[in-house]
Amino acid sequence: MADVKKVKGGAFLLEETEPSGVFTPEDFTEEQKMIAKTTEEFIKNQVWPVLEKIEQHEFEHTVKLLKEAGELGLLGADVPEKYEGLGLDKISSSLITEKMSLGRSFGLSHGAHVGIGTLPIVFFGNEEQKKKYLPDLATGRKIAAYALTEPSSGSDALGAKTTAKLSDCGKYYILNGEKQWITNSGFADVFVVYAKVDGDKFSAFIVERDFPGVSVGPEEKKMGIKGSSTRTLILEDAKVPVENLLGEIGKGHKIAFNILNIGRYKLAVGTLGSAKRAIEISAQYANQRKQFNIPIAKFGLIREKIANMAIKTYALESLAYRIAGQFDAGLEGVEDAEGSVVANAIGEYALECSVAKVFGSEVLDYVVDEGVQIHGGYGFMSEYEIENMYRDSRINRIFEGTNEINRLLIPVTLMRKAMKGELPLFQAAQQLQEEILTYMPYMPEEDAPVLDAEKRYVENAKKIFLMIAGLAALKYGDDIKREQEVVRDISDIVIETFAMESALLRTLKAIAKNGEAKEQAKIDLCRAFIYESMQRVDAFARHALAAMEEGDTLRTQLSMLKKFTRIEPLNEVAIKRAIAKRVLDAEKYVV
Amino acid sequence: MNILVCLKQTFDTEEKITLENGRINEEGVEFVINPYDEYAVEEAIKLKEQFGGEVTVITIGPERAEQALRTAMAMGADKGVIVDIEDLGDNVDEHTIAQVLAATIKEEDLAFDIILCGYMAIDDGSAQVGPRLAELLEIPHISTITKLTIDGNKVTVDKDVEGDVEVIESTLPILVTAQQGLNEPRYPSLPGIMKAKKKPLTRLELDDLDLDEEEIVAKTETIEVFLPPKKQAGKILQGELVDQAKELVHLLRNEAKVI
Repeated sequence: MADVKKVKGGAFLLEETEPSGVFTPEDFTEEQKMIAKTTEEFIKNQVWPVLEKIEQHEFEHTVKLLKEAGELGLLGADVPEKYEGLGLDKISSSLITEKMSLGRSFGLSHGAHVGIGTLPIVFFGNEEQKKKYLPDLATGRKIAAYALTEPSSGSDALGAKTTAKLSDCGKYYILNGEKQWITNSGFADVFVVYAKVDGDKFSAFIVERDFPGVSVGPEEKKMGIKGSSTRTLILEDAKVPVENLLGEIGKGHKIAFNILNIGRYKLAVGTLGSAKRAIEISAQYANQRKQFNIPIAKFGLIREKIANMAIKTYALESLAYRIAGQFDAGLEGVEDAEGSVVANAIGEYALECSVAKVFGSEVLDYVVDEGVQIHGGYGFMSEYEIENMYRDSRINRIFEGTNEINRLLIPVTLMRKAMKGELPLFQAAQQLQEEILTYMPYMPEEDAPVLDAEKRYVENAKKIFLMIAGLAALKYGDDIKREQEVVRDISDIVIETFAMESALLRTLKAIAKNGEAKEQAKIDLCRAFIYESMQRVDAFARHALAAMEEGDTLRTQLSMLKKFTRIEPLNEVAIKRAIAKRVLDAEKYVV
Repeated sequence: MNILVCLKQTFDTEEKITLENGRINEEGVEFVINPYDEYAVEEAIKLKEQFGGEVTVITIGPERAEQALRTAMAMGADKGVIVDIEDLGDNVDEHTIAQVLAATIKEEDLAFDIILCGYMAIDDGSAQVGPRLAELLEIPHISTITKLTIDGNKVTVDKDVEGDVEVIESTLPILVTAQQGLNEPRYPSLPGIMKAKKKPLTRLELDDLDLDEEEIVAKTETIEVFLPPKKQAGKILQGELVDQAKELVHLLRNEAKVI
């Protein structure tokens, strides 16, 4: 880990990052691989045989399996050793999350428990609270849940109506309200609940299921992830001891937003595991299924789908572990870190977490959609795993902050960092203005090293970001909040840029280690991704420019944009056939 | 109780075998503990949990095989020994392996009450190394066991004999080889994985052992390595039953040439 460079969140847009400075899946240690393997085998051998029953709401299996996972240490990765956890690095913790996603609904139950359920106490609990709750949560003796959403407050989380009032004796807070769509609520023992003290001070509480006045509603009927328990949490004069106030009164938003950061990141890692699984079963199906007497895997249009699925997944995998590496670099040297230190180190990468959440959930939706298509009519049948995955995938674009909310957050986060002087965003935009007039479009040289063009494209994507964001800031100033469509365009450019750069840096790092000949698979995936990504960046930028300018000014801006978006043609048919062949030969996602 | 386990790192059972220049291609392949050896490791750990003592895992192989030992140690084995015999090149067969194992046990002064092996490796499938090692150490051996009970010095095993069970009694010290059904190997737990990193591992080379190279080189020679022929599409006979039977006899005689 020592060589991963500590960087500021969002800085990738303004700085050049060296391949050696990022963590890549090729850097996993033997221990990390073993942890991944234990998780995968646990899911395949223990969870898969009862998954159908879990989908039928037989939650006794979920509870039993969570306890078994606890015995293996699979619940304690993010809990310090002091409280019976393992205090593992974030790469290991990410690998657990990735592999857990193979358990579909069970993976979600696990994720809700170790993530949004347990982490608020890890990060913001006081010593007594940690001692009281964490050992049970880290080992699976108790299961946790997280209760933020209410019927009338989803994205507007701080608009919660649940109230907390100090009792006359001063020993309890009396909570009243209803929380909605609470994962694990059917069996959770401990809930982190948000309520407003005296009706206006947003605060968090640790609420036990057995406290008087606490009850849950019936199971919801859902489109997907049917095997996760989702109910309302009803608080009717619920008596919560004052010592169960989590953090400070009125500072609940701090907890909520920090937990959302890590939740978004973990969600992205989960989508990665699911995307790999969808590729695996789709490749297997394509090889087995014959039409016109030949396996459909031989057809160009099926191969192209397999390739597209792998290309996007490669970018997702690259960016997810790059972020985990940044978390660990940020935490390096902090022994037995206080929870709040960890929360801050992760909060530094709030922007990257949003990027990962949006990108991951959309990659997975794309991958399962094409997976169903490859399966044809069978993909529409419930006996086929891909049908289940298709339905399960959809929620990812909605929970942990809708993708729309996250897209709006990305530029806001950048602006905030720029205003605080943490990122020299304005200076960079200024500099671009001077550079732009004399800028010469990239022309490939004869003997340029591999991926030299792609490196230039990524640099140009950053320039495009500065150009559009700079123009928007100038044009709208503080009113930019009302221009959600343009803000979204800027966000999408940021997302594509981070994905492209992550894929590029990973590929370059692998080439530096093993040479070009051995890394052809990664090179193909990287080039194919960047080629398409740059065209998307172009479209976003044009969309934004046309909304901001008109007439000759627009034409001038578009011609400047053209200098940055110029890319060499790529024989996508050939490169995608090569990519698909590797995946179909191995019958799984391979790099 | 001093327990030794001999294990081999093999291809993951799900790996596809491909050949390159007449050799099995190892590029990008995932390796695991030979599944039968994994039963041996699990049984060893169970014995330790029952009687106390120490489990030592031994393997012969290149550097990558260390990972198999680490996995066994993550499951609960206490220490590992790896012997690199790459100097011998292809001059290695079951005879060689048994000799090197015996010499390692001697060189490292590894005391043992019981030695456990998998009954065979899923790659070569020879099922010879365990019995050969027992012969060299001059101790009894029982192969393909599915149940093991130790009481004092007395050893009782269920032995799988082509689907039937033979119950055999013997005494320590003994070497037994594990058949499927002996137990359900545990997963390396996360705390186990973290601890395994710190457990002692001894690396030996051929030169470290008191062996005469000429005596241990392979007694067999591999002439050729090839993949099994691809499965052909089946043929479904049609028409009257009498005609089908005639056609079948004809095909068996002339095409398959089995009668």
